[in-house]
Amino acid sequence: MAMSGMRGLSVFISDIRNCQNKELERLRVDKELGNIRTRFKNEKGLTPYEKKKYVWKMLYIYMLGYDVDFGHMEAVSLISAPKYPEKQVGYIVTSCLLNENHDFLRLAINAVRNDIIGRNETFQCLALTLVGNIGGREFAESLAPDVQKLLTSSSCRPLVRKKAALCLLRLFRKNPDVVNVDGWSDRMAQLLDERDLGVLTSSMSLLVALVSNNHDSYWSCLPKCVKTLERLARNQDVPQEYTYYGIPSPWLQVKTMRALQYFPTIEDPNTRRSLFEVLQRILMGTDVVKNVNKNNASHAVLFEALALVMHLDAEKEMMSQCVALLGKFIAVREPNIRYLGLENMTRMLMVTDVQDIIKRHQAQIITSLKDPDISIRRRALDLLYGMCDVSNAKDIVEELLQYLSTADFAMREELSLKAAILAEKFAPDLSWYVDVILQLIDKAGDFVSDDIWFRVVQFVTNNEDLQPYAAVKAREYLDKPAIHETMVKVSAYLLGEYSHLLARRPGCSPKEIFSIIHEKLPTVSTSTVPILLSTYAKILMHTQPPEPELQNQIWAIFSKYESCIDVEIQQRAVEYFALSRKGAALMDILAEMPKFPERQSALIKKAEDTEADTAEQSAIKLRAQQQTSNALVVTDQRPANGTPAVNQLSLVKIPSMSNVDHDLGDQGVTQTNGTLTVVDPQPPTPSGGDLLGDLLGPLAIEGPPAVSVLSERNLVSGVEGASYADERLAIAPVEEQANTVQPIGNIEERFHALCLKDSGVLYEDPYIQIGIKAEWRAHQGRLVLFLGNKNTAPLVSVQALILPPSHLKMELSLVPETIPPRAQVQCPLEVVNLGPSRDVAVLDFSYKFGTYVVNVKLRLPAVLNKFLQPISVSADEFFPQWRSLSGPPLKLQEVVRGVRPMSLMEMANLFNSLRLMVCQGLDPNPNNLVASTTFFSDNTRAMLCLLRIETDPADRTQLRMTVASGDPMLTFELKEFIKEQLISIPTAPQAPAPVPTQAQPTKSPTASSDPGAMLAGLL
Amino acid sequence: MIHFVLLISRQGKVRLTKWYSPYTQKERTKVIQELIVYKRYASLYFCMCINQDDNELETLEIIHHYVEILDCYFGSVCELHLIFNFPKAYYILDELLIAGELQESSKKTIASLIVAQDSLVEAAKEQASSISNMIAQATK
Repeated sequence: MAMSGMRGLSVFISDIRNCQNKELERLRVDKELGNIRTRFKNEKGLTPYEKKKYVWKMLYIYMLGYDVDFGHMEAVSLISAPKYPEKQVGYIVTSCLLNENHDFLRLAINAVRNDIIGRNETFQCLALTLVGNIGGREFAESLAPDVQKLLTSSSCRPLVRKKAALCLLRLFRKNPDVVNVDGWSDRMAQLLDERDLGVLTSSMSLLVALVSNNHDSYWSCLPKCVKTLERLARNQDVPQEYTYYGIPSPWLQVKTMRALQYFPTIEDPNTRRSLFEVLQRILMGTDVVKNVNKNNASHAVLFEALALVMHLDAEKEMMSQCVALLGKFIAVREPNIRYLGLENMTRMLMVTDVQDIIKRHQAQIITSLKDPDISIRRRALDLLYGMCDVSNAKDIVEELLQYLSTADFAMREELSLKAAILAEKFAPDLSWYVDVILQLIDKAGDFVSDDIWFRVVQFVTNNEDLQPYAAVKAREYLDKPAIHETMVKVSAYLLGEYSHLLARRPGCSPKEIFSIIHEKLPTVSTSTVPILLSTYAKILMHTQPPEPELQNQIWAIFSKYESCIDVEIQQRAVEYFALSRKGAALMDILAEMPKFPERQSALIKKAEDTEADTAEQSAIKLRAQQQTSNALVVTDQRPANGTPAVNQLSLVKIPSMSNVDHDLGDQGVTQTNGTLTVVDPQPPTPSGGDLLGDLLGPLAIEGPPAVSVLSERNLVSGVEGASYADERLAIAPVEEQANTVQPIGNIEERFHALCLKDSGVLYEDPYIQIGIKAEWRAHQGRLVLFLGNKNTAPLVSVQALILPPSHLKMELSLVPETIPPRAQVQCPLEVVNLGPSRDVAVLDFSYKFGTYVVNVKLRLPAVLNKFLQPISVSADEFFPQWRSLSGPPLKLQEVVRGVRPMSLMEMANLFNSLRLMVCQGLDPNPNNLVASTTFFSDNTRAMLCLLRIETDPADRTQLRMTVASGDPMLTFELKEFIKEQLISIPTAPQAPAPVPTQAQPTKSPTASSDPGAMLAGLL
Repeated sequence: MIHFVLLISRQGKVRLTKWYSPYTQKERTKVIQELIVYKRYASLYFCMCINQDDNELETLEIIHHYVEILDCYFGSVCELHLIFNFPKAYYILDELLIAGELQESSKKTIASLIVAQDSLVEAAKEQASSISNMIAQATK
């Protein structure tokens, strides 16, 4: 056995190994520490060999987890030893024993610096390694310039430079100011030309840190990263020793792709194309093989490539390819790959358009729910949760419910919450929703919070079709031998409200309902008793004509609880007892609960707030995001103009609804309505509706307070309100009301925003949200309209008409006439551009919700700039072209006034987002901008367009603009379009005051070689 | 980045620790229980703690790369090699990682650097012994 070369050290290690237990080990360590301490005290007698031996022993003890709080000085002092063996030990022990917060380390700065600036390469390496591993802020400030010098020095060998790169990375992390951006960005770019892959690997790590902090200064590194990646992926010029299981340095590939992900986009089409070629190669070239290491390495590269593809928002085809690959991975034997496959699929959900492809793998994902590895099961649950929508909710939720019975305890709560949320959000019909929640309570009652069953009650109360069904289900569950207390609560509540709807069924007479509920009373806790008491009161109220026997039974219970120690129970018992003796008035007071105002589900809100692990969080965030885009949940916000929202109207019971099969007298009905006339339903007083909404909201199902409040109201307001309530109600919902619904947000601003980006919200009001996502390729475009119904009721008579201008060919796929509750439909719209024009297509959209007919005309962001593709042009290409387009009508110039003041930087950004590529450095005057782009239409080939803006730094409101292209129409339209953008965004919808166009004849070109003079001459 | 490297035996004995971020003694003791990426080689667990968004497979292969280099150096490495030669394990790790980032991916390059280090130490030893010989002879 090779020994450490130090007998004393080996003996000590053997002693430690031979210790039978922790206590003996501790004794041996203490003895050794005592020994070392004494030896260090009279340092003079120590030979270098002994010193080394003792500091190694200290490190060994420290490694075992013991605190070593002395001897640091001795370790540090070895650093300044003249000879390599001592120095080496000093450096390595110091860098293990100390960290950046130790004061002792400061003592070493000078010695370390001397080694860094000295000529001895091996000393340099030792010093750089120490600083790279434990250097802190002070090191950063005093050593960064020296380290930078070594990194860029041409006389240093790779072994020093690669250490210098990582050392600088450490110093930068400790203090970002030590890297001066202006001076460093060019040198950083040069470092990426490095041939030695060791240096390049370290430099790439440095770049990742730099761009993660500030990508803007490092654009020049981007094409070099792409080149590096090409070199590796194609295995060009990669020495054998840098391939790992046949893969050219997988680590460098991963790092390079990581660096690329910090740049927001890749604008240069050539670079972008090359990058996509490489990525394509990586995606296609990765297979699952037998060798674990090869597998890991190639998949490390692959998963990084996937992340980059997602980041770059690649085309759909490539995305589908990615999903297909992931689909393969989630089925392989290797658990790491399965895990990452699922995790990455969840990330993929962020990318629109691929959901459908992911859905194809649903069966396999469901299988992963039963994976032996819990972390894989969690990822599968996350993914299922993320991919669930109206189309697959039934399958997924039912799978989750099934899995719930066998799932391990650790996952049950999460499962229940997720199943409940999905059931609520995507329920194809409400009876299914009720089924799911009741099953959930039945199977995992402990994990079903109050929020969940409150929500069921809200839904049932607001949907009268659902009430008999829910009552039947509740009744069925009560027959089960042992049911969860939550089930008792929800069943009792539902049967109290709606059991009269079942009165004719067997086993559902008031008496039978009462006795089956009452059976549970002895088993429940005090928090449930009040709910049962309310149920009894309701049963009593619904039993018409009264049954004396039942009445006496219930009264007996009330009087028994009149002296209950629990205040809540006591109060209810007293009140119900008193009320139930008032005869007919009881009906009035204990009438059915009115509808709840629509509000955001507390459940979903809770899920959003829940702190979970990040992957899960991302799924939840994704959900939240979808929620806004699908806009599935109605908040209690009201349209700004004060017209009553439907949810407020729905507070009022409409007489026809009460015509159910129970025998309720006319008087009862009007009185029921009468109780609510305190609220003037239309128009509502500013706060009245909300107030009542809140009172009837969550409190109502929580029980007591709302009931008492209601009772009070009823008692006070009495019956006299009934008559006029009737007529108001009769009028209110009948007439259709057109366009009283106010949009949310500014339509104009939304349109302008969409002109500059490809996805976002086009229109939103309290009932619907219209989102848009567009893809443009040359003269063609594909827009997808996302129509999201935000309500629990369907939107009907949906119509969408496209009014295209003459230069666009547009084809909208079929728009369904009805959008189901809380659903989102996607309608693709194909666009073909026939020529340059600023005319805008309009979407004429209408729908009906309840009594509202809404019609809006929306401009579609299929505007001129969408058919542009930025192109970068060099000086050699620009000037001949500029010269050849010699004057009107191909080249037009105009002085534009009333420009929205913006800096040149902002203007350059605006042009970039309009897909005009700003060509840096072509115009020597720093106040000018030159940009180029290509225009695509079906009728013409790709046309090059050139643009020059001359600004006046003293007056930012005016500028001179020159536009040139090979087509007069294009030149004119583009000029006008850019003018509009410069003047109007983001507010003024009115057309800018036209400025007299003054096209000047160009002067003859001068023969000067100075580009500025050439430009000036050409103008 | 890699925040720390731990080698732990199946019995829970620590064979090597290397910290790239500053931790207090308390945190170090605690952190040993919260590992992120590990790979088992015979009786040894190689553990590395990385950031949430780091590439896990890449890190696994850094571990394997380290093991391969140890294997090369010791000639089919086993736990005992590392126990008695832990300084060597540190030297090799320092050639592989700095600042918690991979420094060199070529086994050959690392191997030659370690050999060079060894020969520097040997040379110093020989020099020292020849000097002591000379002194011994001179004082005869």
